Amino acid sequence: MEEFTFTSQLFQYLITGLTVGSIYAMVAIGFNIIYNVTEIINLAQGEFVMLGGLIMVFLHVAAGLPLLLAFPLTVILVTLVGMLLDRLAIRPIRQPSVLTLIIATIAASIIIKGIAMFIWGKDPFDLPAFSGRVPIHFMGAVIQPQYFWVGGFLVATVILLTFFFEKTITGKAMSACADNPDAASLVGINVKHMILLSFALSAAIGAVAGITVTPISLMEYDRGAMLAIKGFGAVVLGGLGSFPGAILGGLIMGTIESFGAGLVHSGYKDAFALIVLLAVLFLKPSGLLGSIEISKIKKF
Amino acid sequence: MLRIRTFPIVTFALFIILFPWVARIIPGIGHYPDLMIFAGIYCLMTIGLSLLMGYAGQISLGQAAFFGIGAYVSGILTATYGLNPWLGMVIGMIVAALVAVIVGVPSLKLHGHYLAMATLAFGIIVFIIFNEEVELTGGPDGMTGIPVLSLFGFAFDSLEKYYYLVWVFVFAAFIFTINLIQSRSGRALRAIHASQAASNAMGINVPRFKIMVFVYSAILAALAGSLYAHYLNFINPTTFDLFFSIKLLIMIALGGMHEIWGAIIGAFLVTFLSFEWLHFFEEFEVIVYGFILLVVTIFLPHGLVGIPHIIKDWLRR
Amino acid sequence: MNELRTENILEVEDVMMAFGGLTALINLNFQVESGIIKAIIGPNGAGKTTLFNVITGTFPPTEGAIRFKSHLIQNLKAHEISRLGISRTFQTVELFTNMTVLENVMVGCHTRIKSAFIAEGLRLPQIKKKEAQMRDRAMEILKFIGLDDKYSESADSLPLGERKILEIGRALATEPELICLDEPAAGLNETETRAAADLIRRIKERGITVLLVEHDMKVVMDISDHIMVLNYGEKIAEGSPAEVQNDSRVIEAYLGSEEENHASD
Repeated sequence: MEEFTFTSQLFQYLITGLTVGSIYAMVAIGFNIIYNVTEIINLAQGEFVMLGGLIMVFLHVAAGLPLLLAFPLTVILVTLVGMLLDRLAIRPIRQPSVLTLIIATIAASIIIKGIAMFIWGKDPFDLPAFSGRVPIHFMGAVIQPQYFWVGGFLVATVILLTFFFEKTITGKAMSACADNPDAASLVGINVKHMILLSFALSAAIGAVAGITVTPISLMEYDRGAMLAIKGFGAVVLGGLGSFPGAILGGLIMGTIESFGAGLVHSGYKDAFALIVLLAVLFLKPSGLLGSIEISKIKKF
Repeated sequence: MLRIRTFPIVTFALFIILFPWVARIIPGIGHYPDLMIFAGIYCLMTIGLSLLMGYAGQISLGQAAFFGIGAYVSGILTATYGLNPWLGMVIGMIVAALVAVIVGVPSLKLHGHYLAMATLAFGIIVFIIFNEEVELTGGPDGMTGIPVLSLFGFAFDSLEKYYYLVWVFVFAAFIFTINLIQSRSGRALRAIHASQAASNAMGINVPRFKIMVFVYSAILAALAGSLYAHYLNFINPTTFDLFFSIKLLIMIALGGMHEIWGAIIGAFLVTFLSFEWLHFFEEFEVIVYGFILLVVTIFLPHGLVGIPHIIKDWLRR
Repeated sequence: MNELRTENILEVEDVMMAFGGLTALINLNFQVESGIIKAIIGPNGAGKTTLFNVITGTFPPTEGAIRFKSHLIQNLKAHEISRLGISRTFQTVELFTNMTVLENVMVGCHTRIKSAFIAEGLRLPQIKKKEAQMRDRAMEILKFIGLDDKYSESADSLPLGERKILEIGRALATEPELICLDEPAAGLNETETRAAADLIRRIKERGITVLLVEHDMKVVMDISDHIMVLNYGEKIAEGSPAEVQNDSRVIEAYLGSEEENHASD
């Protein structure tokens, strides 16, 4: 009997890990989109997730708007924040260097976090789950229906993005920018617009992640920093710039963290993801799916 | 030519020496010497960070960890084990130096964002350790009973005495660092910042220099931490969190990271902002910090020390 | 020590350099006699800068050995090779733009005049002496290369010709026995080119062996004692300027690459 419960414990950790990992994967995808087009790592990426959750709380819970209306409206609002980030914090920099861009995105994340604290205070907020909270029992593990929403949105995001980048003109233009911005602008692609679009997309994806995860783990004003760091860990684990790498990295990251917190000591929960990040950076910075050539050619 | 003139240093020293008397006379600033102690403690850290980031061009977002290591080593060795505080201070610096080597060797091979995130992750891991190892550190409640510093029976138990103690250390570090900058090692660091390939070709052992300057900044931060612990006689982990590392970044960005005076100016300004001028905003001072950092990055990339150059260039037109 | 001019200062043995699927250097064998100016020429992409990078330790060769005065150096790091006595300039001038002309050359003195970190911080008397030593040495080199009047100017304020000369001066400060110059005449006008060529001759007169990558054929023919021709990473000819000029394989290699350029018209 005890063996059974231990395995089901493990399975529980796995399920939780994949769910959290899906969030990290979405953050990682957001990182990659901006990075591929601009070579910038947007350290404010986690704030989009936080805003997605909190704005949704405001629209759906406080203002009482129905879910189907509040969801897209939240995404639009966070997308606007993402675009503001590009216009106000990134574009004005006259001599961009790696260091100045790091500092600019850090500054932006502090401002966003501070404003969020001003509006929502420090308390965590909850959202009603999309399809209720009747747990599903499977192999001894307790699965909240919301977990499926998280996973489902990850899948939907991946499908939509793949379609976008491979089949639409705008998407292909963005890929071109990612490959070679000089050539892209010669062909008439407005690189500045593509950059703005990359921030918009990343913000939208972050918002979706925030909205779907809040019913599970609540959301508060300062969640953004750790999400960004862990999301970055997922990015390097999978290979910077790699789309499938982001998914793989996120899921692995979430799973390691979940097992670590469950089996060892949950006070050190955050440390697991950080240790994975350090391990990847020290041992194989190009990540699982990235290539060494790319990591040598790109500035970092 | 990188000649750092002695006149401003002497003037600054005079200012520091005389300030407590001035503060007693002028109404309303009687508490400023207390702030100046913090400013001095922060200066120790910004001087090291300026050398690391401004001159050698490396990024570290985890300096709060070394600050904390100095504070906690001092705290634990003196409060829990009754060790001589000066010895505790030295041990704190040694521990910080060792940690800097262990973390620095793999990290400093990285560049740009990878280096930034590695140092950031390191800083947070140390912060988590401070919080979790309750038996050792007292956990989130902090550690009390850290004794006062004394030398041959002379106890640094008054604000003024501690003020002068801290600033002696700051000037020592300042002058040591200025000497470094104007010497072979300083040029080697600036060379590394400009071109690692050429530095290698000139026989500079780039990895070794990066580690040396990283260790140096860690030692200064640990010294600052010990001084902090013995001043407040109480420490807790929130002082050494990620935001503090970012505050240090704000200090050198605001002051100007490419000149050592920027470290001093930045530390002073942010200290006074923290303790005095941003009181109105209470906890929302973070928004102001964010704006300051953003505005400085966009409009004053060389910080406030860069303003005279900007004016000079502008007048030339 | 036997210092006959026929002694080889550098020997490259069976060197192969491959990056992933791309082979940049194949089966390279050659020697450099002490005290001469040897030029390496070849069409673009022939592997010349890669060869320099391998010799000076930017990366190790995939296979093969490199001997410098009978030391095996192929696995040494760049700064170690610099200390042994090989110095270089870069195709894209890599000056320390955050420093003055004088400071750039003083960095070149780094390996020969040393000082300890702590002694520097304390500004002990020997440090002042060493600083003066480095300064004098650097000024001497600036006089040799003709830039002593600009010693206090910022390195990035110099025109291209002078920057290239400064880079050579900085390399000279390391007191090399072999100096590798990567396209010293690239982008220079006639006057500047003549000044560079003249400087290279004077370097040879000082007893320093010069290994030179260059596209300007006039310069190459004028000052080189010996020429090696690379194409697609392989040595296709070697000899005196006259021999190489008349070598059919060399002519074909250059004409062949011209044809490729024309074919895409």
